[in-house]
Amino acid sequence: MLGIDDPQIWLAYVSCVLSALGCMVYGALNWKSEDEEQTVKSSTPKAAVQDQ
Amino acid sequence: MAVNTSTLILFVLIYLACTFYVARLGYKKNSQTDGYMLAGRQVHPAIMALSYGAAFISTSAIIGFGGVAASLGMGLLWLVFMNIFFGIFIAFVVFGPRTRRMGLNLGSITYPEFIGKRFQSRFIQGFSGLLIAVFMPLYAASVLIGAGRFLETTLGINYNLALLIFTIIIASYVIKGGLLSVMYVDAMQGTLMLLGMAFLLVFTYSKLGGVVEAHQALTDMASLVPQALVDQGHRGWTAMPAFDSPIWWTMMSTITLGVGIGVLAQPQLAVRFMTVKDDRSLKRAVLVGGPFILMMAGVAYVVGALSNVYFYRTTGMISLQVAGGNTDIIMPEFLNQAMPETFVALFMLSLLAAAMSTAAAQFHTMGTSIGHDFYQQGLMNGKSTGTAVHATKLGIAFTILVSVALAYILPVSIIARATAMFMGLCTSAFLPLYMGALFWKRTTRAGATASLVVGSISSLFWLIFVHAKEAVPLKICLAIFGKETLLTGTWPLVDPILVATPLAFLTLIVVSLMTVPPSAEFLKKAYRLRFEDEEEEMSEPASHKATESTGV
Repeated sequence: MLGIDDPQIWLAYVSCVLSALGCMVYGALNWKSEDEEQTVKSSTPKAAVQDQ
Repeated sequence: MAVNTSTLILFVLIYLACTFYVARLGYKKNSQTDGYMLAGRQVHPAIMALSYGAAFISTSAIIGFGGVAASLGMGLLWLVFMNIFFGIFIAFVVFGPRTRRMGLNLGSITYPEFIGKRFQSRFIQGFSGLLIAVFMPLYAASVLIGAGRFLETTLGINYNLALLIFTIIIASYVIKGGLLSVMYVDAMQGTLMLLGMAFLLVFTYSKLGGVVEAHQALTDMASLVPQALVDQGHRGWTAMPAFDSPIWWTMMSTITLGVGIGVLAQPQLAVRFMTVKDDRSLKRAVLVGGPFILMMAGVAYVVGALSNVYFYRTTGMISLQVAGGNTDIIMPEFLNQAMPETFVALFMLSLLAAAMSTAAAQFHTMGTSIGHDFYQQGLMNGKSTGTAVHATKLGIAFTILVSVALAYILPVSIIARATAMFMGLCTSAFLPLYMGALFWKRTTRAGATASLVVGSISSLFWLIFVHAKEAVPLKICLAIFGKETLLTGTWPLVDPILVATPLAFLTLIVVSLMTVPPSAEFLKKAYRLRFEDEEEEMSEPASHKATESTGV
């Protein structure tokens, strides 16, 4: 795989890339969660007014 | 030197102008003690992550370890994986939030103060401060020497002058601007390092015909490994060394010891957890931290190993032969021969940035340790808090002078071991009680104190009298006992971390269980969630509620 025969090495190579990607996804999800929260928070009073 | 010196000087001047501009931005934002020592606890997650990474990765991690990978092969990539997983993910998500929260709950502004206040002990704070102030200058001196030699070869400046200029530049913004300036500059330098390494990776792969082609070419070169290395277990640059062979053991110990173990307990890194505003910022910082380490260490090891293909194609020799057996010059040699001139200049700047960011973090930590922790809290019993920043500035200036003096005085053989010595000492002295502070409420003041003393003394004892790599160049054992190391056989090969750290952990547990636990009231205060974190914990049910109410 990837021009590397020894699985112990290509596994290391792939693990490095995947763990970095995993970090990016984890960080992005935490970034996004507050944005969504803020949207919910800011839309709540407006929605409540509409409901009334 | 392949690159034109005047081009490089121009680049360096632009880079320095940017450095001072960014440092000034940090200085202007910072007015109080919290600002000077902890960057105001409001730092952006991306800046924190870049600063953490840039302080963590020094020039020697790129040049030195790249060279080692050129010799031993890609097996070292396991170290990168461990660094990302432990050094970033576990550090930021498990250690970071508790450190930040507890630091804020207890009002601590430095790492020694954090552990001191957690165990309600001025001795722990003073002793830790002293330990850092005495031994970190050794580590700082090795970074200074590396930078001085680097400036000497790239810009053609006299070595002594280069060392002085480099130190004065960093000292000016560290002393004046405090941690916020340091972190802003780190972030700029980290970005430059990212750019440099990204170019290096792309150039290397494209020069060698593509990712798979380059790896395949390296795999096909297995038969070219020198017989001496084959006898020690080397099986090619894209294969793990033979199990249980000497090279296998070297690689395994490098990986296990080089892992985040050392990183988790390094004061200049741990203090950065306390600079962000909430737990979520630390989780967000993972987004930048993980890829940053991949791009630094990962790229250095891959390119280091692949340099063999380039050199074999152009000179008919492997990297180790081109460098005459000195792994430290493999990466510079590869850069000079394979890369375009402008890129070499950019890359040289990245290396300068790597050295500067590591040195700046060290200067700030040493200064706060001696000025705030050792002098003000340890010696003066906290009676002169009014001049915290003033004492720290003096502390920074003093430790910088000591580091420079050491850089001039100490022999190269000792300096070469300084980084490993400092990291080993930090791990044994701080890791057990740091983990106890964060995760084991039963840890007592006596347990923590005993662990700190046992960890540092046993680590130092092993370094000076048993571990051959340090004991032989230090010559203290020889002077006292007339022999190079006290023990013989395999003992002189065993790293101090492996002896002192378990001993310190054991001491922490045994002494803590034998002594009276801290009061429930104090623990409640230390472990208390902050308002913003309570909000964060509540956020999920709260948002559900909001959705439900809108539905009605």
